[in-house]
Amino acid sequence: MNSVYVIADNIVSPLGFNTSENFENLVLNNSGIKLVEDQNLFPTPFYASSINTDEIDSHFGEISSAGNYTRLEKMMILSIDNALQQSKINAHEKDSIIIISTTKGNIDLLKGYDNNIKNERVYLWKLSEQIKNHFNSPNEPIIISNACISGVLALIYASRLLQNSVYKNVIVTGGDIISEFVVSGFKSFHAISEGPCKPFDVARSGLSLGEGSGTLILSNDKKLTSNKDVISFCGGASTNDANHISGTSPSGEGLFLAIISTLNEAKNHSVNSIDYISAHGTATLYNDESEAQALSRAGLETVPVNSFKGFWGHTLGAAGIIESIAALHSMKKNILINSFGFDKLGVTKNINLIKGSRRKEINSCLKIASGFGGCNAAIAFNKL
Amino acid sequence: MIKTIKSYCSIKNNKVIINGRVDPPISIDGPLDSYLNEIYRSKQLNYPKYFKMDNLCKLAFLTGELLKMEDNLFGINQTEIGIVISNSTGSLDTDLKFNSSIEDRQNYFPSPAIFVYTLPNIMIGELCIRHKLMGENAFFISKEFNPKIICDYINILFDCERLQGCITGWVDVNENNHNCILFLVKKEELNTGQIIFNENTILKLNNGEF
Amino acid sequence: MEKLIEDLKKEIVNKLRLENIQWDDIVTDDPLFVEGLGLDSIDALELMLILEKKYGIKINSIEDGKKVLYSIKTIAEFITANK
Repeated sequence: MNSVYVIADNIVSPLGFNTSENFENLVLNNSGIKLVEDQNLFPTPFYASSINTDEIDSHFGEISSAGNYTRLEKMMILSIDNALQQSKINAHEKDSIIIISTTKGNIDLLKGYDNNIKNERVYLWKLSEQIKNHFNSPNEPIIISNACISGVLALIYASRLLQNSVYKNVIVTGGDIISEFVVSGFKSFHAISEGPCKPFDVARSGLSLGEGSGTLILSNDKKLTSNKDVISFCGGASTNDANHISGTSPSGEGLFLAIISTLNEAKNHSVNSIDYISAHGTATLYNDESEAQALSRAGLETVPVNSFKGFWGHTLGAAGIIESIAALHSMKKNILINSFGFDKLGVTKNINLIKGSRRKEINSCLKIASGFGGCNAAIAFNKL
Repeated sequence: MIKTIKSYCSIKNNKVIINGRVDPPISIDGPLDSYLNEIYRSKQLNYPKYFKMDNLCKLAFLTGELLKMEDNLFGINQTEIGIVISNSTGSLDTDLKFNSSIEDRQNYFPSPAIFVYTLPNIMIGELCIRHKLMGENAFFISKEFNPKIICDYINILFDCERLQGCITGWVDVNENNHNCILFLVKKEELNTGQIIFNENTILKLNNGEF
Repeated sequence: MEKLIEDLKKEIVNKLRLENIQWDDIVTDDPLFVEGLGLDSIDALELMLILEKKYGIKINSIEDGKKVLYSIKTIAEFITANK
């Protein structure tokens, strides 16, 4: 079984077009969530973390003059391109493959959709084709569409492929956009917060949507790692609550099982404790409570934990990637980042929310996620 | 120990085929859900939540019922049974229905009962709830049925002991076209008369070569 | 009130897709959630949508919804009071 190394990464979001800019904003405690007044998205204003379209176009124009890419495709191509630039990997090598994580893809194309013309671009395999062709990748990208755990699941799947030498390098990319479709859907669930979201807080009242793209390049070739700190995958698992299709299990059963499985696997890599946790923390009443239950049952109540949703909003298919990247950089820089939006504990378990960014030695981290359909996922990384 | 296909079922082109045997045809006119509901009734199923599902989940659910999971996976811990499914259209069938409920701003009533089905992995949720499956689960999208993606993943999960049983296959709906095949895979001792789980067998069974 | 109660029962059976239940089987005073009909959280949200779409009454939060949606009787009383 090979080791799996983190090689390079990128985040494209309202907080910047590369990971450095994004992380700098986290340290400066700047959130991307603002009041969005766009009748095309929803009749009344709502809080969300959205990227300026002109900035996407302008950044994209610097790397390609090709037209006819959708907004999401541009974000994802920008993200992959930037991550590749930082690595010695070529996307058109036969032993490299792209894995795409997205929940709704180009769903904005459904607006004014003509059922007779049938715009192929709404299909996720078509989005994948656009990306494959742009990078001349010889292998068909693998597409994971599994609600909000898609990103974490994609990283776990990539790691399994690399451990077992199915490929040498995997470029994992996730992306989702804010669309009328998704806003109205979450509004119908009364799941969107009136103000900016407040994960784990006593006054929380729902999530804030976000959009973005994140790319993490993983490899089983240690020679490709460049930094002094080599970071490696040390465990991962997905589970299902088998309880309800839209509500999490109140006892956090499925997430608890995913965490325990991941921690057990980490022990095989001599990782016997976790120094920091990046929670899912969507700020809905039920998610945060279930998550706290799961963390407590797994004996992780005292481990410093935050939610990044206060900075980026809930970026759906991109969340697992963007937030894992932030967790990895927290580990590299030994900085625990403030859980933006959190003030007073509002869950029944006394988990250790990070209040105010501070320095701490972090040698191992855990990223967790849950999603519609009762799915859960957890992944762990450590410094070698 | 080897991985075998204990049972498989397809519902495609208005034909229900269970372990290679074609069911007596159900002839019914009308949209897809009339046909699916008739299968439900003909099999005398009793699961009221079925009627809240969208066509994609109904298709997955019915196919799942015919795999005889409880018998074939008896004795396996629910945390060691996984589900890995794929399709081409995602949840587009239901996405379009939800989209039409938000198209007219004068008649704007987005329905949560429809929105919840606008993710293809919800069918995995429905199968897990019905059969109490809690193990590794994942939903993949590909233009056509691609046995390599699911076999690569499932083989790894079985080989590192994360799974002892798995439901896998392809569940796709495109307007009234339906195309579904599910395989029940299990780890067991080598014996006679078994169908070995691998890319070739999956492809053959999907092509109707029994 | 009787007509409203009958309409509500028919609406619930139809819109919430309760297949094996006849509208006149629903007991007006019985709880709709947990016990009784055993409706779930998505049904609650759909009911709030029905109230808005068919009766023009908007319930702003799930918390408010819980009180109103207790039984057919409480829903009917709420509609009558807010017409």
